[in-house]
Amino acid sequence: MRGSKVDQSDWRNGVHLDRNAADMLREVGNIGAAHAATSLSEMLRQRVTMEVPRVEFIPFDDVTEILGGPEQVVACVYLRMQGEVTGSIFFIQTVSAAKQLMALLELSKDALAPFSEIEMSALGEIGNIMAASYLGSLTDLTHLTMFPSVPLVAVDMAQAVLNVGLQQDNPIGNYALIIHNSIHHHMAREDAHLFLLPDPGTQEALVRALGIEGLA
Amino acid sequence: MMYKVGMADAKVAGSGDSLRTLGLGSCVGVALYDHRLKIGGLLHVMLPASGGKTELPAKYVDTGIPYVINLMKDAGAQTRHMIAKLAGGAQMFALTTGSDIVRVGPRNVEAVRRWLDEMGIPIVATDVGGSVGRTVELFTDTGAFSIRTAQFGERFL
Repeated sequence: MRGSKVDQSDWRNGVHLDRNAADMLREVGNIGAAHAATSLSEMLRQRVTMEVPRVEFIPFDDVTEILGGPEQVVACVYLRMQGEVTGSIFFIQTVSAAKQLMALLELSKDALAPFSEIEMSALGEIGNIMAASYLGSLTDLTHLTMFPSVPLVAVDMAQAVLNVGLQQDNPIGNYALIIHNSIHHHMAREDAHLFLLPDPGTQEALVRALGIEGLA
Repeated sequence: MMYKVGMADAKVAGSGDSLRTLGLGSCVGVALYDHRLKIGGLLHVMLPASGGKTELPAKYVDTGIPYVINLMKDAGAQTRHMIAKLAGGAQMFALTTGSDIVRVGPRNVEAVRRWLDEMGIPIVATDVGGSVGRTVELFTDTGAFSIRTAQFGERFL
């Protein structure tokens, strides 16, 4: 099903991401996310688990489905991926999931109150640490430099915040390549999500670098 | 009947139907309306300039505005009877240094204003800028333009 989704957009848009490349990116996502999970686990002093990442071309209008639809209010940390491979990174979860995370860090007493300044900056810092460890492991793997920008935090409709990662001029039309990791910590009822969206055109560099490393 | 307008998409409706687009961030929802025929059009643009690209005309302001005007004309509307209402163009992430990607919302709004002016279509109401996501719906029976946000509920333009 996952493979067929990639193949389908191959057929539709002439995108050259074959199953092999998708497998490589999945492996990259796996390793990156494992490092990110480890740092989150250290922060929370809790076991954090991670699903095998999905690598998919998703139509813009469907990107938010995983979060509960375009209008679902989410807490979102956005970082630009900078260096030899550019793109967008989102650490994103529902408001209630983010509040649980804050409670674990003993930063939040009120799950219903709006996010305080401290909570917003703590969210940003968590996103920052996860993105940095994710990209650090990708750099080790590919020898391509990748590092995150300062984290930006917003709490609003999923579609509105994710838009910022979909604005790049895109040769493949209204599709985004997304490496998606679901993150689960012990106390949470809902998963948090780490999205990596390589800019169109730079994903080839990533795949090529991985090919040279003999992965896949 | 409500019709959904996706990202980088435009549609026209009449007969009391409505057009809705969800979760505008830095994107702009451009509603056109012809009072005489009660025909409306809704465009969801993402970026200010196409740079000459012709596929996905509704994605860019410079190609999207003529595109939705033509859809309106195909439905019988005339440019000189059209009015426009705008929503969106927010900056979702507060930032001290002005990265281009983050500031695309205000640039989108600016481009939409310029293009509508060029086409001679008056902008009668706006709810743009700020740092808030918006869901909008254009009702073709009245021309009312509903703006819904997560924090402040619904208002009409």
